[in-house]
Amino acid sequence: MPDGSFSHPQQRQFNPYTENGGTILAIAGKDFSVIAGDTRQSEGYSIQTRYAPKVFRLTDRAVLAVNGFAADGNMFVKKVQQRLEWYRHAHAKDMPLGAIARLIQTMLYGRRFFPYYVYNILGGIEEDGTGAVYSFDPVGSYEREACRAAGAAQSLVQPFLDNQIYFKNQQAPAGQSHPLHLPLSDVLAIVIDSFTSATERHIEVGDGLEIYVVLTKGRPTQDLEGYRGVKELTTRPDGDRVFLIQRELKKD
Amino acid sequence: MDHFPLSWGRPRNDALDAFNTYPMHKRPTHHDTFADGVQRTQQPIVTGTSVLAIKYKDGIMMAADTLASYGSLARFKSIQRLHTVGSSTVLGASGDLSDFQYIQSLMEDLIIEEHTAGDHHELGPAEIHEYLAQVLYSRRTKMDPLWNSLVVGGRKDSKNFLAYVDLLGTTYSSSSIATGYGAYIAVPLLRNAVDGRENTLTEEEARKIIVDCMRVLFYRDARSLNKFQISTVTDAGVTISEPIQLETTWSFAEGIRGYGAQTQ
Repeated sequence: MPDGSFSHPQQRQFNPYTENGGTILAIAGKDFSVIAGDTRQSEGYSIQTRYAPKVFRLTDRAVLAVNGFAADGNMFVKKVQQRLEWYRHAHAKDMPLGAIARLIQTMLYGRRFFPYYVYNILGGIEEDGTGAVYSFDPVGSYEREACRAAGAAQSLVQPFLDNQIYFKNQQAPAGQSHPLHLPLSDVLAIVIDSFTSATERHIEVGDGLEIYVVLTKGRPTQDLEGYRGVKELTTRPDGDRVFLIQRELKKD
Repeated sequence: MDHFPLSWGRPRNDALDAFNTYPMHKRPTHHDTFADGVQRTQQPIVTGTSVLAIKYKDGIMMAADTLASYGSLARFKSIQRLHTVGSSTVLGASGDLSDFQYIQSLMEDLIIEEHTAGDHHELGPAEIHEYLAQVLYSRRTKMDPLWNSLVVGGRKDSKNFLAYVDLLGTTYSSSSIATGYGAYIAVPLLRNAVDGRENTLTEEEARKIIVDCMRVLFYRDARSLNKFQISTVTDAGVTISEPIQLETTWSFAEGIRGYGAQTQ
């Protein structure tokens, strides 16, 4: 027909997204930050690999955890790292944590109409030396928090953190108040318990656990020394320090 | 297709519309005649089924059968789906085979480009895999995917490399990888045989594992063929075998009752 009523919309069936499972988690302390993720990558009921890292050291004071569609996640981390390198070349220093958070929000929102299907959690040390966690949605909405879980087992882990970190539904002993910040050893115990529990109950979580610990400049490290297999990843002396703890999780 | 001649974008012709019965202001504005005909997002047409690959002591081993299917029709029975790239990499493909042939031409261009640089550096399997991952991811981002699951294997500087990339740009590496039906049927067998033994398995043992998996796949995957090739990459370089014919047993079928029109 001349009025163009034959020009029906075409059906496209290619779906450019998939979901690759796994869970990430970050908790901020007074002078440290812990960022963790499991290492399983899956699609549907198939485990593609038992070791695909989801947590990345960006600088000596910033660590980024990425969860969702793995191809988008890897591409996004690659682009963030590239922007941080350009910043280093331009300013001869690492980008501060709050600035990285804002950079991530603009990069995510830049793809508002074809989003990176990825949930980001950024952890590290703020310029004032406090531990910080920033969490993002796929299009860039973000806020600074004390703790956040994301990914396949978010619905299992976040309520546990609300209870253990924010003391939700807990009564403080008479005449006392809940602590504002937990010590590192307690936080590490909570992280490890979160992942062993999520592994028990969620089929997409398991295989391996990578825990990054960022310590503020000058902080003593003796509460990390008890952990087996701690590796230091710091590149420069006299600054904030990054450590990695690798653990096994159940593989079934 | 718009069959009305005046909509074809030609100047007004008195022979067609001598009395101007179809006034200019009522004509549809010209639009792209091919708009509906241009299809970027396709579907796979001629396809290859599983690719299997494992790491072993001296390198990596990969296998794929030689069938190219057209839907359920076994259309071409002697198509090679393993491809050598450079001198230390082999590339195996399942999915659309015309897209794979395009990828083969990309690989040839890439190797020539790198050769003409004359710096005596050669792309290894890790570089080839990264390149393919970027190509496949950018094509999916353009909503014009290359409809393949690819396995890249190789050995360079005495380091084994084995990784996967697919039409979405999803990547991973593992000591055993299988695409397609192989991901369901062969992966459990491969992991059982390979995990933790990547550095002790001999070539004969690796070959036995691969051949056993190809046999299981031929019994269970309706789009497979009992004719396949095995490729190895070791310090000595890349080899791709001549097609191997599987010996299979069907005498047990004699005793099966209950699937079809048997009288008893």
